[in-house]
Amino acid sequence: MSSQKPPVIQIRRVTKSYGHGDATVHALRGPDDPVTGAPLGVNLDIEQGDFVAVMGSSGSGKSTLMNILGCLDVPTAGRYLLDGIDVGHLDEGQLSLVRNRKIGFIFQSFNLVPRTTALAQVELPLAYAGVRSAERRRRALAALDMVGLTERAGHKPNELSGGQQQRVAVARALVTAPAMLLADEPTGNLDSRSTEEVLSIIDNLNATGRTIVLITHEDEVAHHAKRVIRLVDGAIIHDVRQAPVNGLPPALLELVGVRA
Amino acid sequence: MLRFAFGGLAANKVRSFLTMLGVLIGVASVILLLAVGNGSSTAVKNSITSLGTNSLTVSSMGARGAAGSTVKKLTVDDAKALASATDAPSIKSVAPVVTTSAAALYGNISYTPGSIIGTYPAYFETANQKVAKGDYFSNDDVLNSRKVAVIGSTTASQLFDTEDPVGKKITIGGTPFTVLGVLQTKGSTGFNDPDDVVIAPLPTVQNAFTGFGSVNQILVQATSADTTTAAQSDITRILMGTHAISDPSKVDFRISNQTSLLTARESTTKTFTVLLGAVAAISLLVGGIGITNIMLVTVTERTREIGIRKALGAPKGVILGQFLTESTLLSVIGAGLGVAVGIFGSHFSIVGIKPVVIPESVLGAFAIAVAIGLFFGSYPANRAASLRPIEALRHE
Repeated sequence: MSSQKPPVIQIRRVTKSYGHGDATVHALRGPDDPVTGAPLGVNLDIEQGDFVAVMGSSGSGKSTLMNILGCLDVPTAGRYLLDGIDVGHLDEGQLSLVRNRKIGFIFQSFNLVPRTTALAQVELPLAYAGVRSAERRRRALAALDMVGLTERAGHKPNELSGGQQQRVAVARALVTAPAMLLADEPTGNLDSRSTEEVLSIIDNLNATGRTIVLITHEDEVAHHAKRVIRLVDGAIIHDVRQAPVNGLPPALLELVGVRA
Repeated sequence: MLRFAFGGLAANKVRSFLTMLGVLIGVASVILLLAVGNGSSTAVKNSITSLGTNSLTVSSMGARGAAGSTVKKLTVDDAKALASATDAPSIKSVAPVVTTSAAALYGNISYTPGSIIGTYPAYFETANQKVAKGDYFSNDDVLNSRKVAVIGSTTASQLFDTEDPVGKKITIGGTPFTVLGVLQTKGSTGFNDPDDVVIAPLPTVQNAFTGFGSVNQILVQATSADTTTAAQSDITRILMGTHAISDPSKVDFRISNQTSLLTARESTTKTFTVLLGAVAAISLLVGGIGITNIMLVTVTERTREIGIRKALGAPKGVILGQFLTESTLLSVIGAGLGVAVGIFGSHFSIVGIKPVVIPESVLGAFAIAVAIGLFFGSYPANRAASLRPIEALRHE
């Protein structure tokens, strides 16, 4: 059942290292070759509709993995296929197009554009995609409605609470209907109530079939995911499935269970 | 995109204003200084034109002018010869001139005018002197040696203050003159005051002061400014005849021409204008560097924002365009205000010169300022556009 559609993400023997010679740091290395001791690189497949939490302490390589997955950085070696496209061969302009069409980013520090209203924030990726203004507005308002911020459309980031800012960021990430939502510790800067709000939005998005990759170091957050990957020193050491790819995310299942 | 640019500029109002001020001062000074240069050249041109561009002055060389030869002074007969010559079509009119100096008295006021000129009525037209009040003296006055005079405005105000001088009698060197008219004010050219004169019929002045010998100058009016050269050669030919000189290199008179004076003065003011323009252009350049400086600061400040935009898929061109729009907007607004200030400032006279705005300088300064905005903005904008998103996002 899960092998009907090709994986959204296919990573083959990807390594990322910084520096040269003896000072080389392998941020992503995967297991070492038993014969030569050289890093073999990370392999990872993520199915469409999956909800993956990437966990690890700082320095484990999870941010590097996130940057490579988000096409913000290029791997030192290995192949990365996003939605069937080999992004290793793309130039700067094509990469920005891929980021625009295929990936929605949610950052720990919200990363909203200053002095810009929530509506304009959400319209921004559509503007870069060349969508016409009336259509842009309609889709941006629909996205804001999805995160429950319709009445805050005209507010600027400094007029919104942290949770509201992150919800604007979520709306901005999903407005282009990307193949994958990439969330880098989305609740790291939020209080527990806002955390619940944002996570429930993400749960609902996954329930409607959106692929989600979430980076976190909190177990409560990872609990929401269908699959948990644990990174240590640039290699995957645990890969645990908590729920089937095609079902509801665990948090919603519990809710349904309570009701039943 | 324009809205984003305005937003970016509005976020730092004081900084944007100061940057614009640099461009504003540059553009305004280009327009204003060129206008001052142009104004002074126009003033010079006007004052020389007011002397009469198609007038030629024949004056006698000094006694030591041509060694070994007897120098014949210019006489009334020379003037008559010029006036009656039938083969000199380019000569329109001739006026012999004697000048002297003496104190003039009116009531108990004594004043020494710059010069007392004895001449023919043709002088007024040739020297471009017009009466503002009263009348010129006539040929009849000259023939009868009447004791009448036309005075310049400076002389009039010195002797009569606010009184109307027409019809009043002034005494010059013991001879009473009736004032027939007052000349229009021509304004000083800086060397001497052309309004500080008393003009009387030639024989009257000769009788009272200089005696009936030579004349100081003969003023000749050519038929037009284009025929001055022809007139000049006609004069040379006729006077060589009356002075019995066969060798053109040994002439004992000199003909000077206002046009040559005009070109000499014009080239001086042109140099002046170019220098002023250069100084202004430098200030415009400094304004442009100000834009680069501020845009670099802005790019550094907004590195994170650039990173976000890039992560959202902004292509390089959009980022480039955004920062270029911002810097060009700075320069366009600055230049627009500069044009306004420059044109406004040129309504005031500066160090005695009435500035005359050159329309080309307005367009040119504006265009250069906008080009500077594009050029000096392109470096920071390019830097912003080539930031790697991962580094830009990490920037704190």
